[in-house]
Amino acid sequence: MSNLPLDGLTVLEFSQYLSGPSAGLRLADLGARVIKIERPITGDACRKLSIRNLWVDDSSLLFHTINRNKESFTADLKNKDDLEIVKKLIKRVDVLTHNFRPGVMDKIGLEYESVRKLNEKIIYTEISGYGKEGPWKDKPGQDLLIQSLSGLTYTTGNSDGSPVPFGLAIADMICGAHAVQGILASLIRRQNTGRGALVEVSLMESILDFQFELLTTFFASGKPPQRSKVNNGHSLLSAPYGIYKTADGHIALAMMPIKSLSSAINCEELNRFSQQEVFSKRDEIKIIIADFLLQQKTAYWIEKMLVNDLWAMPVMDWDELVNHNAYQALKVEQVVVTSDHKRLITTRCPIRFNGEILTSEKGAPKIGEHNKIILHELGDTKNS
Amino acid sequence: MMLLKNITVVDFSQFLSGPSAGLRLADFGAEVIKIERPIVGDICRTLYVSDVKVEEESTIFHAINRNKKSFAVDLKVLADLEKIKKLILKADVLIHNFRPGVMESLGLSYEIVQEMHPGIIYAEISGYGHTGPWRDRPGQDLLVQAVSGLTSLSGNKNDPPTPMGVAVADIYSGAHLVQGILAGLYQKNRTGKGARVQVSLLESILDFQFEVITCFYNDGHNPPSRSEVNNAHAFVAAPYGIYKTKDGYLALAMSSIPVLGELLNCDSLLKYQSSSTWFSDRDEIKLILADHMKSHTTSYWLNILEPADIWSAELLDYSGLINHDGYKALEMEQQVETGMGFRLKTTRCPVRIDGQKLTSFIGAPTLGKHNTEIEQQFL
Repeated sequence: MSNLPLDGLTVLEFSQYLSGPSAGLRLADLGARVIKIERPITGDACRKLSIRNLWVDDSSLLFHTINRNKESFTADLKNKDDLEIVKKLIKRVDVLTHNFRPGVMDKIGLEYESVRKLNEKIIYTEISGYGKEGPWKDKPGQDLLIQSLSGLTYTTGNSDGSPVPFGLAIADMICGAHAVQGILASLIRRQNTGRGALVEVSLMESILDFQFELLTTFFASGKPPQRSKVNNGHSLLSAPYGIYKTADGHIALAMMPIKSLSSAINCEELNRFSQQEVFSKRDEIKIIIADFLLQQKTAYWIEKMLVNDLWAMPVMDWDELVNHNAYQALKVEQVVVTSDHKRLITTRCPIRFNGEILTSEKGAPKIGEHNKIILHELGDTKNS
Repeated sequence: MMLLKNITVVDFSQFLSGPSAGLRLADFGAEVIKIERPIVGDICRTLYVSDVKVEEESTIFHAINRNKKSFAVDLKVLADLEKIKKLILKADVLIHNFRPGVMESLGLSYEIVQEMHPGIIYAEISGYGHTGPWRDRPGQDLLVQAVSGLTSLSGNKNDPPTPMGVAVADIYSGAHLVQGILAGLYQKNRTGKGARVQVSLLESILDFQFEVITCFYNDGHNPPSRSEVNNAHAFVAAPYGIYKTKDGYLALAMSSIPVLGELLNCDSLLKYQSSSTWFSDRDEIKLILADHMKSHTTSYWLNILEPADIWSAELLDYSGLINHDGYKALEMEQQVETGMGFRLKTTRCPVRIDGQKLTSFIGAPTLGKHNTEIEQQFL
C-alpha cells in the first residue's frame, strides 16, 4: 500500500525483548518510522536470545522477527554526548517507548517529566512488569512469571493435572497490543487538542484484562473457575466444548446444544442428558463423547457436523495448515531482506486496510545501521 | 482523559471479538452503541456460562459490554433499517462480526456505507477472511485455535493437543481491530478519508504465533516439540517451566543450569556446563529439577532464588491472586451499575493515561435501554 495510516510518524524505541518491540513492530506495519535506540556493541538484549538456536547473522532469528521494518541508532545513555544527541532526537519524534524496570529512565534523566520539557507533545509510553507501586514493582517482568502469578495457569489443561502455562508469551504480546492502543488513542487526542500523553501499561494489568470474563465471573460467584476433568476447553463453558481424539486425529467441538450433537453423530447415550445439565454434568458427558468419537475418522465427524450446521473443525498442525488452501488464500507470509541480503520468511501485519494487506520487505537493522543517516538528519556534519 | 471524545461507534457485533474492541473504544471515551435484535439481543446475553448469572444474563456479557448503550432494532424491517442508516451517517466507526455476506444482504455492505458516508471507519472481524474455502465456516475461538496449530504449543509432549483456556483468538483479534480503527481515525484526521479495516481470527492467531511460526518457516518446517515434562514453551530451553514443590508450584524462567544447580544444591545439574545442552537435554534436566524441587516448599526456594536474581515466581490461583498485596496495589477492579441498577465488580481498562486509571461506573445496558435517547440525539 502506498499510503499508510501512520505515514509521517516517528517512534523512538528504547524497548528490548518482546513487549515493547512488538508494539513498535505494529506501528511500523501501519506506516510509522521506528528507530531503535540501542546500546553500542550489544544492542537490544534480544539480539542474543535465540530460540531453538536459530540465527540470521550476529542476531537471532527471534530478534529479526520482532524488529523487521525498523532502524537502529546506537547511543550509550550513560555518556553525556550520546545523551545530548538522543535528546535532540527526542525533540523531533512523536512517540517514545521503553520497557526498563521502574527507576532506570529517571537515573538517565529521561523520565516523562524531563522528556516532556524537551517535547511537550510527545506520547511517552512505559511498559513495566507490574506497574510502579506495590510489592511486585521490582520483580522481573517476565512472561511466564506473570502468567504464574495471575492465575492464568489454572485455565488450561484438565482439572486433575498440574497448572498449565500458555505455550507462548501471551502477557508480552497482549501488553504490546495494549500499548499500541494507548499510543494511537493518545495521538488522536493530540490531533484534536495538541496535548501529549503519558501512556502506561504493565504485563500484569494486561494479563488480568485478558482474563476479564473469568475474573468478573469469579467476582460474582466467589468460586474459582473449574477446568473440566477431561477434554478441557474453557472452564466457564459446558459440554461438549473441547478437543476430542478420533480414529485418526483430533476434532474441536465448540458450543452446541446437546440434543443436536447426539442426533448429528447418532450417539444415543447422550439422550439422557437435558440442556440444563450440560454444565453440571460436564465431565460425565465429555467422557461419553470422547469414547464415542474414537470410532470414526475426523473427516467423517466434520461432515456430520457441517450438514447439521454445528460448530466443529479438525485439529491441525502447522504442516497441515500451511498446505491448506484456506491458509494460502490469506497470504499471511512475507519475505523480508536485511541490508546484507539475508532473506527470511515471516508473517505480515494481521490488519488489512482498504482491502489490502500491509507488507514491507525491510528486514531488521544491524546495530547502529542508521547512525549516519540519523546524525545527518540532525545536522551533525561531524559524525554523519 | 477522554482520548476519544466525540467519537461515536455503531457496533453490530456479538459475542466477544467485536464487542471487546467496542469495549476498549468505550474505555478511551468513545460513545459505543450496540445495535441489537429486539427480544434476544446480542447472543452473548444468554450464552450459557457456568452457573453464574447476573439479572438472568451471563456474567461474560456484563464484563464485555459495560459502558455501552443498547439500541434495539430489527434490521429486516425497512423503517428500522432507515433509522440505522441515519445513525451511521452520524457515526465515526462501524463494527460488525457477521459472517461474510450478511451485511451485504442487509444493504449495509462497505461499498454502500462508504458511498453514503465516505469518512466512516468500517471495521470487520471474520473467522477466516473473505476468500478461501473456510470463509463460511463458523469463526469461533476454539475452532480457530484448533486449525491454527496453536494447540501443539501448550501441555507436555505426550498430552493431546491442548487449547488455551481463554478465548485468545477472539481477544487478540479484537485488540487488532482496535489498532486498525484507531490508525484509521488518525489517518482520517490528517486526510479526511475514511477506511475499511479488516481482521480475522485466523490471521490474528497466526500473528500471535509470529515468533515460533517464523522459526518453522525458516527451519525446514521443523515442527514444534513440547518438552516431555514441565513444558512451558516448545522452543525454549530448560529450566523454563512450572515445577511442583512440597506445598505448591513454582515457575522458573530462563536461567543458567549450573548456576541453578549451585543455588539449589542440586549436584546432578552441574554437569550441564554448555548452554547448548539446556535445549538438547531439556527433558533430562527438567526431570532432575522436577524431582529436586519437590523436596522443599515454594517459599524456601524463592528465598534462595529471588536474592540471586533468578527469574522465578510462586503460582497463584484467583483466590491467592486477589488477596495478594501486589494485586491490590494495581487497583484493577471497578464497580459498575448495570441497566437494572445492580452493582457488579469487574476489571478496568489496563491502559493508564497521564498517570490516571480509566474507569467508568456505567454497566452493561439492558436490551434497548437507549432507544429513546438515541432517537432524540441522532435521528
